[in-house]
Amino acid sequence: MNSSSNLIDALFIFVLAGFIGFEVIRRVSPLLHTPLMSLTNALDAIAVVGAIVLVGEHKSQLAAIFGFIAVVAATSNIVGGFLITDRMLKMFKSSRPATKQ
Amino acid sequence: MSAEFAGGQVIIELLYLVASVLFILSLKWMSSPTTARHGIWAGEVGMVLAIVGTLLRKGLHDYHLIAIALVLGAIIGVPLGRVAMTAVPQRTALSHAFGALCVTLVGSAEFYLRAPAISRFMMSVLSVEVILGGLTVTGSLMAAGKLQEILPQRPLTYKGQNLVNFLLLAVALVIAVTLVLHPERQSLFPFMVLLALVFGVLLIIPIGGADMPTVISLLNGYAGLSASAMGFVLDSKLLIIAGALDGSSGLILSIIMSKAMNRSFTNVLFGAFGQVQTSAVAGEVKPVRSATPEEAAAILSGANRVIIVPGYGMAVAQAQHKVRELYDGLTKRGVDVKFAIHPVAGRMPGHMNVLLAEADIPYDRLVEMDEINGDFPQTDVALVIGANDVTNPAARSDTSSPIYGMPILDVDKAHTVMVIKRSMNPGFAGIDNPLYYLDNTLMLFGDAKAFVGNIVRELGGVHS
Repeated sequence: MNSSSNLIDALFIFVLAGFIGFEVIRRVSPLLHTPLMSLTNALDAIAVVGAIVLVGEHKSQLAAIFGFIAVVAATSNIVGGFLITDRMLKMFKSSRPATKQ
Repeated sequence: MSAEFAGGQVIIELLYLVASVLFILSLKWMSSPTTARHGIWAGEVGMVLAIVGTLLRKGLHDYHLIAIALVLGAIIGVPLGRVAMTAVPQRTALSHAFGALCVTLVGSAEFYLRAPAISRFMMSVLSVEVILGGLTVTGSLMAAGKLQEILPQRPLTYKGQNLVNFLLLAVALVIAVTLVLHPERQSLFPFMVLLALVFGVLLIIPIGGADMPTVISLLNGYAGLSASAMGFVLDSKLLIIAGALDGSSGLILSIIMSKAMNRSFTNVLFGAFGQVQTSAVAGEVKPVRSATPEEAAAILSGANRVIIVPGYGMAVAQAQHKVRELYDGLTKRGVDVKFAIHPVAGRMPGHMNVLLAEADIPYDRLVEMDEINGDFPQTDVALVIGANDVTNPAARSDTSSPIYGMPILDVDKAHTVMVIKRSMNPGFAGIDNPLYYLDNTLMLFGDAKAFVGNIVRELGGVHS
């Protein structure tokens, strides 16, 4: 797993993903910068996968406890992040007659 | 990865691949409000696939504990997804802290599971992961505390602050290098994490409210980069990609924010923002012209084009719904009303857009600074609600001003400028605003929500 070819692969992925990130995010309308941030926050909580493995493998007490807290923290970001992004995006309406107070 | 796992492993990796693609699409669809909600759908599906893929991994046995943690996280997440729109900046800061906490804890656990049998490269990345993660945890908590006004919003500065911060970070890096060379010295590891945590606190202490949009973006970027570093440690391509996307998003937003405040990006990166501007406000009282709600209503109803400039003051006064009533009242009279949005108005990127959208103001009426600045000379009334520095003409002309060079909204070029403000006290940064003393400026003294409400009532009175 620690062979240098794997590390080089990982670096390639990192750099290319960074480029895609820059190109995609540059095109996001400034109108949506707040929901963008809450969405990337939710997506970033994919770190939960690493934490799930720690808890599931339960290799040591410390790893399980740290993993448990990490899963809780990341899951709250996933749930909260998607929820609030959805709420925000629902509010953005185009210029049609206002529907509700 | 031995060959016997290959079959299951391939399926899991393919699930991760699909999740990565969905994450990229999710961000791509955020480019426009019409497609943005597909983005959430893509993100959610990607997330579920990734979690399912992870649960399929061999070697997991404690599913009970995983389930409890997932449920507990969801229970905490729901109220965090339901906070009021005015509390979104502090919620965002808090979620940066949670994300970074996850990364830091996983990194620490991985260290103790692997050390001392840990390669130099792996230890380097792991150090990056926990240092970036650690400082983001406490830095974000500090930012959230300041935004929630649990902590004092004023920047706290002291002599040699940058030196102290620099030394602290340097010591953390020295420990990191030592661990890279001698991973058997495990007792050093907690000190590295501790220093990162303390550094995060000290980094945010000198930050004032007006710098929050940059700081929140930067912490977003740090959280993403630390997650990417975690991807290297765990050999997870999905994590590397998601972290890189989040990191680049945070960095792009901080670049946009720092440009909008005329600060160099390196200035932002090294945390040298937030120096208190102690420009002594001279005691001399310059004359200003003020107006009552009746007068303001009369001028507004006689106008053809009005541009409303919202700022943090509108958010604090929770005036956005009254502003919507004003928008409705004026639009009904055939007045063309637009909103001018400065990139750093408010406390986080896009803050004003969200508040105004919440108040049901159509998003096509919200215009970015570069697009609307040319319209001010043909505008009858520019109505400034709770914005200060972003309208300060000194940024264009006065080279001695602390905000000289910052791009501003050219409200002073409108025929009439009306500024709703509590009093003549200088704003947060303590910078005097020459806009208030111009001949074409009318000061409307009072609480933003109450004053706009009064204007709306006056407009209604004229109407009926």
